[in-house]
Amino acid sequence: MTATPVETTAPAPVLEARGIGVWLSGRRILHDVSFAVQPGEFIGLIGSNGAGKTTLLRVILGLQRPTSGSIEIGGKHPGHGAEVVGYLPQKVALDSDLPLRARDVVALGLDGQKLGIPLPSAKRTALVDDMLAAVDATSFADARVGLLSGGQQQRVLIAHALISRPRLLLLDEPLANLDIRSSSEIVELLARVSRERGVAVLLSAHDLNPLLPFMDRIVYLEGGRAVSGTSDEVVQSDVLTALYGRRVDVLRVEGRVLVVAGPDEAHGHDE
Amino acid sequence: MSVGFFQSQPVLTALIVGALVSIVSGLVGVFTVLRRQSFAGHALADLGAVGGSAAFLLGISQLWGFVGAGILAAGLMEVVGIKRVQGRDVATGIIFGLGLGFTALFLYWDTTIKNASNAAISVLFGSLFVIDSSVIPLVLALSAVAVAIIVIVYRWLLIDSLNQDLAAVRHIPVRLVGILFLVALALAVELSALTIGAVLSTALLIGPAAAALRLTKRVGVAAVIAMAIAVGSTWLGILISFDSYAWFGGGHNWPVSFCIVAVVFIAYLLSGIALPVRARRARLVL
Amino acid sequence: MFSDFMTNTWITASVVAIIAGGVGFFVVLRGSSFLAHALPHGAFAGAAGATLIGMDPILGMGIFAVGGALAVTTLGRRGRSDVVIALSLVVMLAFGALFLSLGSQYSSEVFALLFGQILGVSSAEVLPIVVLGALSAVAIITGYRPLLLSSVLPEMAAARGISTYAIDVYFALVVALATAMSVPVVGALLMFSLMVGPPAAARSFFADPLRAIPLSIGFALVTVWIAIAASYQSNLPVGFFVTLVSAVLYGIGRGWFALSSRRITVAA
Repeated sequence: MTATPVETTAPAPVLEARGIGVWLSGRRILHDVSFAVQPGEFIGLIGSNGAGKTTLLRVILGLQRPTSGSIEIGGKHPGHGAEVVGYLPQKVALDSDLPLRARDVVALGLDGQKLGIPLPSAKRTALVDDMLAAVDATSFADARVGLLSGGQQQRVLIAHALISRPRLLLLDEPLANLDIRSSSEIVELLARVSRERGVAVLLSAHDLNPLLPFMDRIVYLEGGRAVSGTSDEVVQSDVLTALYGRRVDVLRVEGRVLVVAGPDEAHGHDE
Repeated sequence: MSVGFFQSQPVLTALIVGALVSIVSGLVGVFTVLRRQSFAGHALADLGAVGGSAAFLLGISQLWGFVGAGILAAGLMEVVGIKRVQGRDVATGIIFGLGLGFTALFLYWDTTIKNASNAAISVLFGSLFVIDSSVIPLVLALSAVAVAIIVIVYRWLLIDSLNQDLAAVRHIPVRLVGILFLVALALAVELSALTIGAVLSTALLIGPAAAALRLTKRVGVAAVIAMAIAVGSTWLGILISFDSYAWFGGGHNWPVSFCIVAVVFIAYLLSGIALPVRARRARLVL
Repeated sequence: MFSDFMTNTWITASVVAIIAGGVGFFVVLRGSSFLAHALPHGAFAGAAGATLIGMDPILGMGIFAVGGALAVTTLGRRGRSDVVIALSLVVMLAFGALFLSLGSQYSSEVFALLFGQILGVSSAEVLPIVVLGALSAVAIITGYRPLLLSSVLPEMAAARGISTYAIDVYFALVVALATAMSVPVVGALLMFSLMVGPPAAARSFFADPLRAIPLSIGFALVTVWIAIAASYQSNLPVGFFVTLVSAVLYGIGRGWFALSSRRITVAA
């Protein structure tokens, strides 16, 4: 470490991962992954299925211990700063007859870990109503959550994750089961709350196109290795060829980006 | 080993019938565990008891009572059956509870009207040692039907059990496969319900199959191992029960169903020791 | 039907129904019907064993129910939970078969433990039931929010530091407690049916859990009251009527839900 003067105005990163490696059942899932997330940033975690995205998110949450490397969230070890991180897992299945309204799900985000039955409180109701309004969910606040559409459920779950005022919001493939319109609505919503509330967003996806207009930076995972930077820096043929370990072409067509991996194996990331 | 083990006619019948139901249970059990239908399997065994207790009342063969009620209940579960696991769980619970309610009613009438005061214990716990050897051909025939169903739809069942999406993509008649499997399950379960008792037949269905699936991920191999464990446990259980007459001062046979269940459970626990060794090796092989 | 002799019956059955309705809400939410079946039916063996050595059946029942709950959750960490529940149940039942063969219990007592014999509750039996019932109620009220969160969104709960395993153990122990208090008096079948039917029906009517739970308790109360009255009049086993009323309520609930959710879809 050289003695570079530290900028006193720069805030500490909300997440800093250094050389994370994970081995599971004799297989290397993550290999020397390093990146940092600054407060309020909107970051896409891009990679194909099996690239290690979910494992990386589990490491950040403290649900998976890394085999090597270190990670700090708000200056603490993962799991010790639970209130710092909000989380939305992949594929949340909600039964249609689940006896919960949208507002109940959001309220559980506020105080779900507390004991006892919640007492009626005007303050609590106001907080939940504000949160529902922030994600444009007021119109279906009292509907049964299992009967809502995929996009509506996603809004409710985002509200659940945001209401405890985390500094970092992790979302695992939140666009996977949505149609194109709902998916762009969700991305716009996330970009807006990230800006308005100063929450850093780390969102995993296998397609980077819906995120392109909003992402501050990108963390690109392939085969357990990662490169990070702005999308213009990372999504380049030479950078991705080095990451994949074989020839990769990046094509730009009418504002969309197509990543085409070498001819020996089909690895399209366009859809 | 006691003198007379192989000379005793009840023991020979028990060994033969026990082996038959073990083979069917082992095979069907592997798919029951893969499809996460242990609860349905157990419920079908107990629901057979509705038929068993009704048969007691009507004076017809218990076997037909069990099989009839089992297939009826399997059909009902498929009709009410809700796709998601949680809904299925509740639907199974409701039908199961209702079936037990009728069992209670029929058993009550058995005791009061027919004066068969041991009906409850006999229907629920059964006993391999009191089987009439004349049922062997019938048990053999019904076992063959159950095995035949599984063998015929084996590939469909395998794909459907491992990945329903894949099954739908390949245009496999998922609904038909589900119904056929429940019929095979009902047959397997009712046969063992009759021999080791409605309540304990679950042990032969689930234990050997779950142990086998911990030892290998290849479904075909697991089925063979499960059948072997089931037959071995049943025979060992019969032997222990027979020999236990002389133990601890003697004069009392341990119930054969207790002995079989104990052996099955130990087999399951032992298979758990092999599990961590396997987990360190490579991934799922089909 | 409302004589002094029957007062104990009405009190006991009502306490059992309140607990079953409350605990059952979470049984259905978590998809734990199999557990709700296995603990009461398996623990009956504990009562049989206790009688054999001259111990209080509630104590024997409690030991088996708690043992079963711990076995299911610890073995379930590495095996599939439905498999582990099935095997724990058969092992407990196998012990039941052994105890019955060793003892000289009348089959009518076995019948009572399995299918219920609510019409003969002694005054001495009422107090333990009320105390254990109050304990179960406190356990459910205390754990209400973490239970709800972990049952519906287990991964999000885990990310907040609510361990899924800890909740599994806690809930299995609550079911065990409810089992031990009820089964020696009302039978395993009655407890199982009450923990599944009325709650499954109630959740069809209300989306708000704080309304669905009271309705579930109300349904459970109505179920046992009808069952006791019918059983008293007809002399048929009370377990039969409980399961029948539960199934009818469930059917009505499903029908109502199908109609009301269709209306919402049309309106949207």
